[in-house]
Amino acid sequence: MKHKVKGGAVIKERKMTIVLAVCLVILSVLSLFVGVMDLTVKELVAGNMEQMEILLLSRLPRLLAVLCTGVGMSVAGLIMQQLCRNKFVSPTTGATISSAQLGILLALLFLPGSNLMGRAVFAFAAAILGTWLFVWFIQRIPFRDVVMVPLVGIMFSNVIGGVTSYLAYKYEMTQALSSWLAGHFSLILKGRYEMVYLVVPLVILAFLFANHFNIVGMGKDFSENLGISYSLVLFMGLTIAAMITASVVVVVGSVPYIGLIVPNVVAMFKGDRIRGTLADTALFGAVFVLSCDLLGRVVIAPYELPIDLVAGILGSVLFIGLLLYRLKHGERAICWKARIAGGKEEGVQ
Amino acid sequence: MLVRELTKKYDGKTVVDSVSFQIPKRSVISLIGPNGAGKSTVMGMISRLIARDSGLVAFEGSDIRKWKSRDLSKRLAILTQSNHTQVKLTVRELVAFGRFPYSGGRLTPEDEQMIDRAIAYMELEPFQDRFIDELSGGQRQRAYIAMVIAQDTEYVLLDEPTNNLDIYHSSNMMKIVRRLCDELGKTVILVLHEINYAAFYSDYICAFSEGRVAKFGTVKEVMTRETLSAIYGVDFEIMEISGKPLSIYY
Repeated sequence: MKHKVKGGAVIKERKMTIVLAVCLVILSVLSLFVGVMDLTVKELVAGNMEQMEILLLSRLPRLLAVLCTGVGMSVAGLIMQQLCRNKFVSPTTGATISSAQLGILLALLFLPGSNLMGRAVFAFAAAILGTWLFVWFIQRIPFRDVVMVPLVGIMFSNVIGGVTSYLAYKYEMTQALSSWLAGHFSLILKGRYEMVYLVVPLVILAFLFANHFNIVGMGKDFSENLGISYSLVLFMGLTIAAMITASVVVVVGSVPYIGLIVPNVVAMFKGDRIRGTLADTALFGAVFVLSCDLLGRVVIAPYELPIDLVAGILGSVLFIGLLLYRLKHGERAICWKARIAGGKEEGVQ
Repeated sequence: MLVRELTKKYDGKTVVDSVSFQIPKRSVISLIGPNGAGKSTVMGMISRLIARDSGLVAFEGSDIRKWKSRDLSKRLAILTQSNHTQVKLTVRELVAFGRFPYSGGRLTPEDEQMIDRAIAYMELEPFQDRFIDELSGGQRQRAYIAMVIAQDTEYVLLDEPTNNLDIYHSSNMMKIVRRLCDELGKTVILVLHEINYAAFYSDYICAFSEGRVAKFGTVKEVMTRETLSAIYGVDFEIMEISGKPLSIYY
């Protein structure tokens, strides 16, 4: 921010980012040393090849996949919420995830011998089409109530999910499909997860077009007035969000709620300017998913809970809390409180 | 700006029927008329937001459709009522969007200066770091006008700028419109429902009726009993107050 803001505000603005980044680093290091096999720094430094192998083949890939999932799903949610002008739209409530799953099933049916790449192409195409269709639909029908949009999205994704289940039963694919329906990180190994790196360039692309997304989120007339093609940016943004989602679904599976909760929590404190919130959204998403993953690995060790279960429980509780808070205090109360907290040096965390 | 035989149909129904007029530079022009007379549609077509069916809109000598959208956005700004107000952007962030046609996302020091000036001009300095969804209707409308000022265009088009504002804020808005023309030398075209605001603050009035231009002329030419009664289907009395023809209707 180039313009003059009060000193405290500048520190606070960066404070959230710094705190999140520090949390992320600590959790990441922790995550490398949590697991069935005990790793120690001493042994690693001493050059224990066996431990080094576990670190490089299993722990590190897992950590990177977790980070990409957290960053990707929250940024995809942020873009979708901004473009659809609705805080309840996300890859889960916008039919993106279910479309990607249908894509994977189609790949398994039509290209039985396909590798990760083949399935990814199908998942990408299906996710993009499904998201476009959903947004095209909600733009045709003006809803008076904002809650209608995610409800339609949930119905829409259940219809797609129904088609997926039907096909899976008919061709006896339920077993194969189940690993993509519920997200988990336990099968992440070197050589099997690299697709998720696609999230990184896509998030960078989203950052470059952050202002475009913001302006398009202000409405059609508003963007045309500033010389921005509304439809082009809308479809480009949705495509980016769908591709991010699909690359996570192909590798990890469905991870619900992240795309819904993370952007909303960050926006409560930092507003809607994507340039200002993207970094925090990405960091908070990574911290959230990593925390869920660690929790899932620790609770019933040596077994582990799938990420979608932990994230689903934690996310639901957080989200219901958020809704109740809004009902009780009104949306304005949050803005007001957030601004007061912002005025002081402490607060937000 | 020249408008010639502009026509628009929706579902076979002619909403705008061969409308022609010419916009004089550096003046305030109000488009008035009853609901459904086509004034907002005409506004949309002369600002490229709505595609026309036939006719011509010539801006600075060439067809508005031949202009690159980005170039046009440096010359002509339009504010409609459909802006999304539930967004948590600060006033300053909103005003900064006005510089988008010039520098994309990256603000130069010159842009920052323009933004400062626009905010100061609208007397929004105390609110510049507030979120727009927390402002009152009048302040929010001023924030949008500040964005248009930062956009630095010769032409400013406003669709019902006094909509949902009380008397105090409406007349303030009209004074701002006047200043945009007199002090900043802009050509301001606005759609208005309040005839007396149009009469008091504009230079020209374009009166619409059933998709056609019923009368285009100076305020004195249009503000007559016969013209207004014919357009609105209501009895009018015209009285001169402070040298302006104002209307009474009931």
